[in-house]
Amino acid sequence: MSMLNSIAEMFGRSPDKKPDDSAYSEGALEIHLHKRDIKGKKDRVAAIKAERDLNPSTKWRNRRWASIIIINAMFVVSFSLDIQLIEGSLSASRVIGFHFADLNAALQVTLAYKQILINLVIGTVTVLLLWWLLGGRTFCSWVCPYHLLSEFAEKIHVKLTSMKLVRDLPMHRGVRTVLYVIFAGLAFGTGYTVFEAISPVGILSRAMIYGPGLALIWVVLLLGFEVFFTRRAWCRYMCPIGLTYGIVGITSPLHVRYDLEKCLHEGDCRAICLVPHVLEPTKKGFALKEHVILGADCTRCGMCVDVCPTQSLTFDVTGLNKLL
Amino acid sequence: MSDANPPVKKKKPVTVRQLRERRRVLRSIGAGIGVVGAAMLGFFPITKKWMERLRPPGAIDEDPFLASCIKCGQCVQVCPVEAIKLGDLDEGFGVGVPYIDARSQACDFSCDAVQCVLACPTGALSHDTDVKEQVTMGVARLSRPKACLARLGKGVKGTARGDDFPGLHRYMEVDRWTPIRIADHPYDLDLCDLCERECPVEGAITIERNNFDLNDLRGTPVVFDTCVGCGMCEMICPVDPPAIVIEKRARWEDV
Repeated sequence: MSMLNSIAEMFGRSPDKKPDDSAYSEGALEIHLHKRDIKGKKDRVAAIKAERDLNPSTKWRNRRWASIIIINAMFVVSFSLDIQLIEGSLSASRVIGFHFADLNAALQVTLAYKQILINLVIGTVTVLLLWWLLGGRTFCSWVCPYHLLSEFAEKIHVKLTSMKLVRDLPMHRGVRTVLYVIFAGLAFGTGYTVFEAISPVGILSRAMIYGPGLALIWVVLLLGFEVFFTRRAWCRYMCPIGLTYGIVGITSPLHVRYDLEKCLHEGDCRAICLVPHVLEPTKKGFALKEHVILGADCTRCGMCVDVCPTQSLTFDVTGLNKLL
Repeated sequence: MSDANPPVKKKKPVTVRQLRERRRVLRSIGAGIGVVGAAMLGFFPITKKWMERLRPPGAIDEDPFLASCIKCGQCVQVCPVEAIKLGDLDEGFGVGVPYIDARSQACDFSCDAVQCVLACPTGALSHDTDVKEQVTMGVARLSRPKACLARLGKGVKGTARGDDFPGLHRYMEVDRWTPIRIADHPYDLDLCDLCERECPVEGAITIERNNFDLNDLRGTPVVFDTCVGCGMCEMICPVDPPAIVIEKRARWEDV
């Protein structure tokens, strides 16, 4: 996927239609042609039948859940036991004395206050480098506490959908970009960090560390909306924090890589993905090259890596393969 | 002008897909408005000033304070008497913003060096504040002079706020370093002078004799311009509601 495409899709553009043969690279064309001929089709059907009974792995999911729980627990324990390991909350903290600041919260504060705050700059640069290295939206799926709750809401939603009790009402992904601009404008125009009043990340993080409050009502409302109306409504279509980290991850070295040759195009990955538009190349005939790096909106959650029966999707670090 | 009538365009029937797409966009707009609307509700408590809060030491003016506070709670974590609490949803944009409820737990500068200011990553608690004497949280005011024990000539026997009051205070004469429960520190005073006695700022408040009659103990707490508005007097005041309160965010020039 080209970088411009990846960015445009993150901001809400619909993915491209199926490309012509002329758009494929030489290697990709060969694979696509093979998958189209009779022998290739037979092979693919046989391979699909052979893998059907395999249980998908939960390796990455387990690690990810552990990561969310451990990181948030460290905030909680640090305060409750007064061990000063990570002071503060997810919006801003000191990690063994070093300033960390949530990029979106720092942006809101800077726009509202209209001054450059040196500690915030230090915290922002540290966090920016960290999340650039780790993949940008990696924050969403590996740290954000709302993400974990939302995963459970999603499970209920999918269950209810399969029982035909509710129907997923998808939205336009451009909403998030619009909200991003609106909230940035509101912060600048009103001088209040308007978004922070409803940021489920801030609310949840503070509730865990400093005790619950009324603000959790908002989080419950969001989760309820996701259970009964729109699957992953907040993370998929709305959260400006996700977009901030998405932008950071555009050029990140850590990403999920797609291998066209191994892929059987069963679509399990797209069915479980939080941001399925990044998995568009896994549709049969869509990948332009033999190997495709998934778009910037990918949260690097690894669910597709877990579910893929043929290891066509793998975590990959640019340059590391060459080094090893 | 051409005479030929343009052929009447027949409207194409709307396909199911177009209809679905239209609904999807409308739904998205609705949801977007809902989210922005929910956030904007935060304006009401601010503009209507539903809640005026006593802010921690070093807090800059209220509007820039709300703007620059990143809502992380690091000030909460360093306070040795846990005086600082964070605002909730009913405070609108004040959600996650620190405040002090002086009556239940005042800041008594037990930390000596304004730790909350040092902890603040954004300067919402201004880093220009180095010592407690520079703090301007508000000004103490004798709001119910008729209830004041000193003015009534009454003393204090036993605990100031009852035996189960959880509030903490650092009594220099008991332990220089660790605050203890006010409930664990009973008094035996012929005339109440707790606001003066426990005030952490030198010369901010004194009980001045009402007259020169040696048999008449009665006096009145008088607040001076060194008062920083920490709220210690409000917390320790044995009458309920307190006879002395902090005028939040007031400056000495205004009162």
